[in-house]
Amino acid sequence: MNNKFWIVFAHTYMTKLKSKSFFISTMITALIIFGIGQLDRIIEAFSDNDQKTIGVIDQTNGWYEALQAQMQSNKEIKLVRHDENEEQAKKYVQTEKWYAYIVLHVKNGQPKVAYYAKNIADSDVTHEIEQALQQVKIAMMAKQIGLTYDQINALYAPIAIEKVALEKHAKTEEQLEQARAIVYVLLFAMYMFVLMYGSMIMMEVATEKSSRIMEILISSTSPIQQLFGKILGVALLSLTQFVVIFAVGYTSLQNSAMLSQLLGMEELPISLIAYGIVFFLLGYLLYAMLFAVLGSIVSRVEEVQQMAGPVTMLVVAAFIMAMFGLNVPESPFITVMSFVPFFTPMIMFLRIGMLNVPIWEITLSLALLVATIAFLFVFGSKIYRGGVLMYNQASSWKDLKRAWQLTKR
Amino acid sequence: MGLVLQHVTKQFGSFVAVDDVTLCIPEQRMFGFLGANGAGKTTTFRMILGLLEPTKGEITWNGERITYKHSHLIGYLPEERGLYPKLKVKEQLIYLGRLRGLRKEEIVKEMRHWLERFKIPQYEHQKVEQLSKGNQQKIQFIAAVLHRPSLLILDEPFSGLDPVNVEMLKEAVIDLQQQGTTIVFSSHRMEHVEQLCEHICIMHKGKPIVHGSMKELKRSFGKKNVIIHGELPFETLTEVPGVLKMEKTVEGVRLQIADEHVSQHILEHIYAKGFIRKFSLEEPSLNDIFIEKVGAAYEQ
Repeated sequence: MNNKFWIVFAHTYMTKLKSKSFFISTMITALIIFGIGQLDRIIEAFSDNDQKTIGVIDQTNGWYEALQAQMQSNKEIKLVRHDENEEQAKKYVQTEKWYAYIVLHVKNGQPKVAYYAKNIADSDVTHEIEQALQQVKIAMMAKQIGLTYDQINALYAPIAIEKVALEKHAKTEEQLEQARAIVYVLLFAMYMFVLMYGSMIMMEVATEKSSRIMEILISSTSPIQQLFGKILGVALLSLTQFVVIFAVGYTSLQNSAMLSQLLGMEELPISLIAYGIVFFLLGYLLYAMLFAVLGSIVSRVEEVQQMAGPVTMLVVAAFIMAMFGLNVPESPFITVMSFVPFFTPMIMFLRIGMLNVPIWEITLSLALLVATIAFLFVFGSKIYRGGVLMYNQASSWKDLKRAWQLTKR
Repeated sequence: MGLVLQHVTKQFGSFVAVDDVTLCIPEQRMFGFLGANGAGKTTTFRMILGLLEPTKGEITWNGERITYKHSHLIGYLPEERGLYPKLKVKEQLIYLGRLRGLRKEEIVKEMRHWLERFKIPQYEHQKVEQLSKGNQQKIQFIAAVLHRPSLLILDEPFSGLDPVNVEMLKEAVIDLQQQGTTIVFSSHRMEHVEQLCEHICIMHKGKPIVHGSMKELKRSFGKKNVIIHGELPFETLTEVPGVLKMEKTVEGVRLQIADEHVSQHILEHIYAKGFIRKFSLEEPSLNDIFIEKVGAAYEQ
């Protein structure tokens, strides 16, 4: 008996693994991930390395020198003083000798700047100039009023708030930051995983049904074994894909700051990651089961998307709530939702990450989740058995009931 | 022992698909299910396979209820044909065969034997979607018999095949039966059932209106057929007492008579009225029985 589960499992995994679509989608995703990792380098490669020359028509007293000093460190922009008339400057811009020119003058101590360029879409340049001018302005004004450098610094020093939680087990700020990052990454992975592979399972079931091979399958193996075999086969497949993509991502990001930030965390919270894996697996099982059952009641592959809609919405809703909950993990709404089995995997996990949730709450939510999954497996495999024997013109949710009745005595 | 159905009823809501069927199909026999579309044949098969639960009654195979434990003993060719279109013939048969409890090497051996027999060994490494419908059907038949089942259920095995392939498949079915397989099959083609089956059951609206051995049925039916070829004034034949039906054929007529003695009256009637090329007294065909029984059931 158990043997057949492995046959279905291996068959699902191997045929999907060998399929062209899997190879292509993995390659494309890996390429995209690699691309993102190299994004800064790619942008660098594409942008012209030439310095942008910007003419400055200075109608003030000493601002140009200050600005020049301020922009010294900027390698992309080179300032050139222009003492001739504006017509000449315009001509320089038009013939692309200059990238742009600015006109500087001061009125009542406030600088007025006009920026002229062929097009003004490149906000980087104006932004740089604006920032530099802001600094120059502060320095100029301070000098006028007679402030010292230290006084200016004191004026601009940021306020430091030290957050101290009085509850004994509450997480420190550093821990929270770290938890938030882990929770965020895992939530996102869960979301992607469930949607991508859930609909893959649904497609698989619907294809088997519409190609009418299902009747042979179901007469040789029990639907429960088929369901488990498929769901876990696809899970292993997704794991394979993740490993490939992760490896590519890791290699690509090896030198970037982002990764070192992520991995640079002192002492990874093992228990949180363990919880993450548990909720992740249970959530996947729950949704994969739902998708598989829905797949069994559609008659044609084209109807898959339509039927999947409501379940997809459920996943999206859970994700949106989780994103909202990241900022207000204590809200009663989030607390209540964390006990709803369809949302538990994401939201209870988020609460565990962000708060100090009592053990009984975790146990209760896990029990509810496991009970729902068990119920779905029993109920779902019956519907599955009936559903695969049913062929209709148009499928609807009413078919769930009809499929259920079909397996009754 | 064999396959036993006891008072099997299946209801879908208020609709009765199969109504109190009691049958005994002895081992190593060929049993034919006849019936118009919607007569309940497929539902009966699905109950035998355990895909559907009977509302009432019980089905046993050699005294045991059929469950997934028996799946290596049972072969099934569903009415709706289907295979994985993207898989190669070999991969496909290996998967389906393993689900029936065979090992890979056994499958490959059996598969080659069958492909050879059906004259399609060149398709072993082709995808199913590239095969013609008839060849796909052969592959599916192979999938149903690879594991040498002791009970083989074939739902409309010959539909959609050309005559050459029908013969090929028929021979295979007869061979399997002679090797000891119990075969239950359904068809709405009378001649197939007539040729292959010793036992039949005619289903109508979920009820078995006739069942038993073919010989017995024909004998107890009573009515016989007289076939006459020649140039004669056939019109007056209907006046002969005992002639129930007259059907014109290309070369003459085909008469249904109440019993064999009537044939002699017919012979007297046509004697010396014209040229008679052929005069024969024949057993009723399954078709006659079917039309009579199902027709009677319609009138009820």
